[in-house]
Order: sequence, then structure tokens, then C-alpha cells
Amino acid sequence: MTEIKPEKFEKVLTKYVDQEGSASLDFYRGHGGYEAAERALKKLKPDEVIETVKNSNLRGRGGAGFPCGRKWSFVPKDTDKPKYLVVNADESEPGTFKDRVIMERDPHQLIEGSLISAYALGSHICYIYIRGEYYDAFLSMQKAIDEAYEAGILGKNVLGTGFRLDMTMHRGAGAYICGEETGLLSSLEGKRGLPKIKPPFPAVEGLFRCPTVVNNVETLACVTHIFDRGVDWFKSIGPPEGPGPKLLCVSGHVERPGTYEVPMGINLLDLVNDHAGGIWKGNKLKAIIPGGSSAKILAAEECDVGMDYESLAAKDTMLGSGGVIVMDNKTDMVEALYNILRFYAHESCGQCTPCREGTGWLQKICGRILHGDGRPEDPDMMLDLSKKMCGRTICVLADAAAFPCESIVSKFRAEFDEKIAAGDGHERTVHLGGPLVQPGALSAHNQERLDELQGGY
Amino acid sequence: MSDAPAVKKKFSNKGLEFIDWLLGRYPDKQAALLPVLRLAEEEFGNIDNDSVMLVAETLELSPGYVWGVLTFYTHYRREGDGKYLLQVCSTLPCALRGCRDIQHRLEEKLGIEAGETTEDGLFTLKKVECLGSCDTAPVVQVNEKYHENLDIEELDKLLETLRD
Repeated sequence: MTEIKPEKFEKVLTKYVDQEGSASLDFYRGHGGYEAAERALKKLKPDEVIETVKNSNLRGRGGAGFPCGRKWSFVPKDTDKPKYLVVNADESEPGTFKDRVIMERDPHQLIEGSLISAYALGSHICYIYIRGEYYDAFLSMQKAIDEAYEAGILGKNVLGTGFRLDMTMHRGAGAYICGEETGLLSSLEGKRGLPKIKPPFPAVEGLFRCPTVVNNVETLACVTHIFDRGVDWFKSIGPPEGPGPKLLCVSGHVERPGTYEVPMGINLLDLVNDHAGGIWKGNKLKAIIPGGSSAKILAAEECDVGMDYESLAAKDTMLGSGGVIVMDNKTDMVEALYNILRFYAHESCGQCTPCREGTGWLQKICGRILHGDGRPEDPDMMLDLSKKMCGRTICVLADAAAFPCESIVSKFRAEFDEKIAAGDGHERTVHLGGPLVQPGALSAHNQERLDELQGGY
Repeated sequence: MSDAPAVKKKFSNKGLEFIDWLLGRYPDKQAALLPVLRLAEEEFGNIDNDSVMLVAETLELSPGYVWGVLTFYTHYRREGDGKYLLQVCSTLPCALRGCRDIQHRLEEKLGIEAGETTEDGLFTLKKVECLGSCDTAPVVQVNEKYHENLDIEELDKLLETLRD
């Protein structure tokens, strides 16, 4: 593994985000913006652009980590259909908030990367699908797009090259599943955000049944810098098989939560201690979810690991979306898991039985353990269910619920067994903001729902 | 069709201009559904049955289809929502940093539970999933605006500002 010392690492994605006016076109151009796109469009053929991205070993930053250049190369060249570039700015994986920084504070680097990508693909229409909640980011992106049209960077004659590109912001409306690429495309077509079976893959038959590439915001921002600084620079950062600068979002029990731009492969403990200021309140580390809430959890003793695709895969988890959720030694793991499972049960689109039913069952079983009504066989049942949900559905939302469940139940089994053994109505101090259920503290409405929850399935 | 229910609402001229522009951005009308629902939300304050009828007519879709899509998504303001929609993020990273205290405080101060609206129609309280602002947890989104790094004191101040 190529080691990059932190002091030698220069930020590029977030270099200017703290400076005043960083989102404006003037600022961006004043710092060399759009020069890379101009060079790429004027000097390289589309195939050469794709080759360059392939050579850079850039892997997708949205969650799946698929090689970006390869994804681009799947788009058929000999087609009469329009080709679409869709930017996935839905950023909805719990613990992830990196794309928001790019869109709010430095939106032009996303437009520039999208320009280069669209040119490579021969696409003349680009949609940016942004989650509905991100209103400020939407406004900032829209303003940047307007500026770019005005300056001849978008439109009929991009940077004087004769290349045509139209870019449109498209707001989502609150659905995690629209971060899944085929669900996103359904939503963009004006439908419910239901994922579709692959194949056909979007590269062949995607948006409006035409060839479509869906790329994450950070991925496209990286493309800008690959063409600005070169493939060798990019590959020198972190492990060459999946290199580059990486935005990692640290949340939970740390002193300084935030988005940190670091070299791929940074040690997870260094990230937490040096960048995020260590565990808060002087507490001890208990566990970390390294890649958004759908990644398998790492117990404290497993956290001495490089934050890159391969190193995390070797620990049976994933880099995912780069959402690092840190938990201290006072965290109740049963409650933490319940929270995660509630999320996935809420967000399941309901098309596939293993997911629709499975996420709900897992939430209910975990809920009854949490509320003192667990049965001795429950943890094994959760493990069994998790196993049976994986790989049996149209998209990976079922797996995304099963991974944290399987890993938390098996790594923190004692906490589940303890709660079950302690049985009904025992007094609990729950770390996440006081007692969860104080006897008599619930309204009739909530009590009814809780009883329902505890009734099992 | 003579027996089709009459559409009672109308978009403003500015809104219609926006719809014209929108329709030029997509190969079919249906693709403009989410943005046109947003427009209805902006122009009428929320989306009720009449808004659905109007959107359906505008995009040549059936009202049933529009309802189906509308109810799939959770972020549109619906009929009966208060002037201020308080959306408390309750997902893990916010939970680890005390969102339950925020939720309880709001319930206590407003005298309502998640999913309910105050009698004066000022506030609707919602418990929502990840708002993508985990580094500034706990977070409450009030209409479009995020209020971040909240503690009880700031939350109380926020409520007072909104009431004024």
C-alpha cells in the first residue's frame, strides 16, 4: 500500500469550501476552474477520456464502489437513442453528508466533472437528482448551473467546442430508495421510486429506456481533478487499485463530527482520533460503522483498519458511502440496531417480500427485545432472517438491513441475551437520551402502538 | 369528458411559464410530475385533492396515478399540515447525539405528538428519517430550512422566533 503521510496530502475536493464566495463561478474560474474540462474537450477524443478514467482506477463514491471508467464503457456507441448522464445527489444513506458540502460550497466542480463525463459518453442531457430535503444545496446548484449557462459553459456550444449539454436539477421528495440507481431513474420518470430488475443495466436501458450512466456527486468531482492534475497524481493517493482523495463523514460520539477529506486508505482510528478529535466526553470506543448504516459494524478491536475498498472488504465490511458512525462504550447496541432496523423497515419500497416483510419482522423482534419482551430464540431468529433476506430481492435494500443486523447481533450477542434474560418490565437506563419507556409516560395512542409492536409477528 | 370533476385550482401565470420551461426539459410530460407537485406545494401551501386534480390535468395523467406517486414520497406538504412543518431527524447519528430530547421537548412545548398539528394550525410535528446532516446533529428541518446543532435552549428560542 502506498503510504501518503497526512502532511503531504493536499485537499482538492474541499480545498476552498471554507472560503467566502467559494460557490460562485468567478471564484471557481479564479482558481483554475473549467480549465481541465476545456483541455479534455478540446484535446481528447471521447474514448480517450474514458481510457483516462479507466486508467485512474477511480471507483464509485456512492456506495457500490464500481469502477467508473468501466461503467462508462458499457454505454453502447452505435445507438440512435439519446444517452443520459444522471448525477446521483440523493445522498440518503444514514451517516452520509459529503455530497452536500460539494453542492453547497463548490458546485462548479460537479458541473465540470459532469461536463467531462457527458462528453465522454456522448450525452447531451444531464439530470442532477437531488434529495428533496437538501434545499440549500439545490439552490446553490441551480445558481451555479444558471451561471454556467450564462458563461457558455453549458448549453449549445460548451466552452466554444461545439459540444452541446443541457443540465437540469430534479428534486426528489423524501425516499431513501431513490438513492438506488434504478429507483432513482423510476423517480426521475415521474413514477414511484421502485427499483427495477437488472439486467438490463442502466448503461444499456436506463432513463426513458435509453442508455444511462448514473454517477455519484463525489465521483464526478473526482473526475474534474483527475483531468486537472493527472492520472499519476490520482493513483499516488492511497492503494492504487482504488485510489484518490476521499470524503469521509464522521458522526456520532466524537468531539468534532464533520466531513474530512483524507487520502484513501487512512487508518480508521487515525481518522477518528486525529481528525474528529477522538471519542467525546473522554469515553471509550465501542464500535464503528465504517460506510453508512448498511455497512457491517466493526467492534473497537477491529477498527485498526485502512479506509479503502480492499482493506474493509478484508474485514467483511465496506467503504460504502463513507459514512463513519462512531459509538462510545455507553451505547446500547440493541437500541442502536433497533434504530437502524426501523429506518430500513420504513424505507423498504415494498416490492419484494423478503425485504418488505423481513425488514418489518427484524424491527419488531429487535423492538420486543429492547422493550423487555424478548424470547431466548430471538437473536438466532434475527440471524436466520438476515441470512435469508440477502440476495433475494430486486435491489440491495434487504441486504442493507441484514448486514448491520447480522453483524451487530453476532458481535454484541451478550447484550441481546442479557436484555432477554432480564425479562419484562425491568428498569433500564438507555444511553440514547434517557429512559426509553417510562411506565405510565406514554399516551394511549403510543401505548397502543407499542403493544402492537411487542405482539410479535 | 362531461362527467369529469371540475378542476377548482389554477396555477399562476408565473407557474404556468415554469411548467412550459419544465416540459421542455424532459421527453415526456410524466417526468415533470415531481417538480410540478413541488410547484403546487409552493403555490398553494400544500397538496390537497384539488391540487392533485390540477396536476393530473396539467400533465395529462389520471388523478389516481398522481395520488399514487404523491403518497409514495414523504416530503411533500399535505393538506392539514401546519404553517411550520417541524421535521425532527430520528435516525442513528442524530439518536446518538440526543434527538430524543429534542423530540420530547417539542412534544411537551407544543402539546402534540409526532404526526399531529397544533390546534392553531401553526405547527406540525414529524419524526423523520436521516436528513443528511449527521455532523450537526441533532437537526430539525423547519419547512425548507435546517436548524442544526440544537440543544434545548436553542430549540426554545427557535420556537419563540417562529411564534412571533
